[in-house]
Amino acid sequence: MARKKKKVPEINASSMADISFLLLIFFLVTTTMDTDSGITRRLPPPVENPDMDVKVKERNILNVMINKYDKLMVNGKPCDITELKDKTRDFITPKPNDEKAPEVEVKEIEMIGNFMTNKGVVSLKNDRGTSYMMYIAVQNELAKAFNELREEVAMTYFKQHYADITDKDKIDAVNKAVPVRISEAEPEEIK
Amino acid sequence: MAKFRKGGQKEVPAISTGSMPDIIFMLIFFFMVTTSMRETTLKVKMKLPEATEVQKLEKKSLVSFIYIGPPTNAKLYGTEARLQLNDSYARIEDIIPFIEQERLDRAEADRPLLTTSLKIHEEVRMGLVTDVKQELRKCGAFRINYSTRKGGN
Repeated sequence: MARKKKKVPEINASSMADISFLLLIFFLVTTTMDTDSGITRRLPPPVENPDMDVKVKERNILNVMINKYDKLMVNGKPCDITELKDKTRDFITPKPNDEKAPEVEVKEIEMIGNFMTNKGVVSLKNDRGTSYMMYIAVQNELAKAFNELREEVAMTYFKQHYADITDKDKIDAVNKAVPVRISEAEPEEIK
Repeated sequence: MAKFRKGGQKEVPAISTGSMPDIIFMLIFFFMVTTSMRETTLKVKMKLPEATEVQKLEKKSLVSFIYIGPPTNAKLYGTEARLQLNDSYARIEDIIPFIEQERLDRAEADRPLLTTSLKIHEEVRMGLVTDVKQELRKCGAFRINYSTRKGGN
């Protein structure tokens, strides 16, 4: 007598859609699409000896000040935020023959070779009453200037957009060629 | 010869719903991957300023957050900007213990990579922000990220 094969009862899959709908709604509700992004900066270590001022030549400094009315001053002259990027860009571009521009230094950088780097420092000062929005706007403009220069270096040496480079050594090389030198002063009152 | 069929009510074929679960599952996976659950309840208003030159924060597990903004419940707490750490309001002096605790929570190898994300409402005055930055400098949390929205000009 041949034994009859027992049939495995089929699982009813019609409620699958309901279950997955439930899960879908759960994730829809709990999801927050905010990817955390922002402007990354490095704070300087605390000053150990406050009396010891580091002397930097005047030509190497771009003074950016923001007062409590959110007004901007660059190297002693009032300035609009729309001009800030070009001014910074102009300042950080190496110009070896210009007496007034910041000093340049030829450095050997891996993968690039001898590269002329700028010794200029952007000094950023703000008042306690400055709004955070203005501060970020200024930081953004400064970052824009540095990124533009990095883009230029990346294009000439690696024929690639700076944002598209995936090779870590190449990124390091460009970052070394165009270091972000923004110095934030110890807090003090600005008139 | 071809004939034109007259009348003869054509039935609209029923749409097969068999692939529905697959579609929904696809959507679920999408949301599961992109979702990030908020761990802390915000007690301060949070409208981040806009910026264009933003970098993404990588390694979410190595980020600790500091929130600054005017309290959501203005009747109870006023409109003066407050600091929030974890789930409660805090004072400036609480930052150093907070960072120490955050460090202890991470593996030792990861500790130098810890980034502090500053989530600050755009109308906050820089005085408070500067104080926070000074505290962070004191306890050696040098890597910071000013959290912003992408967009703007």
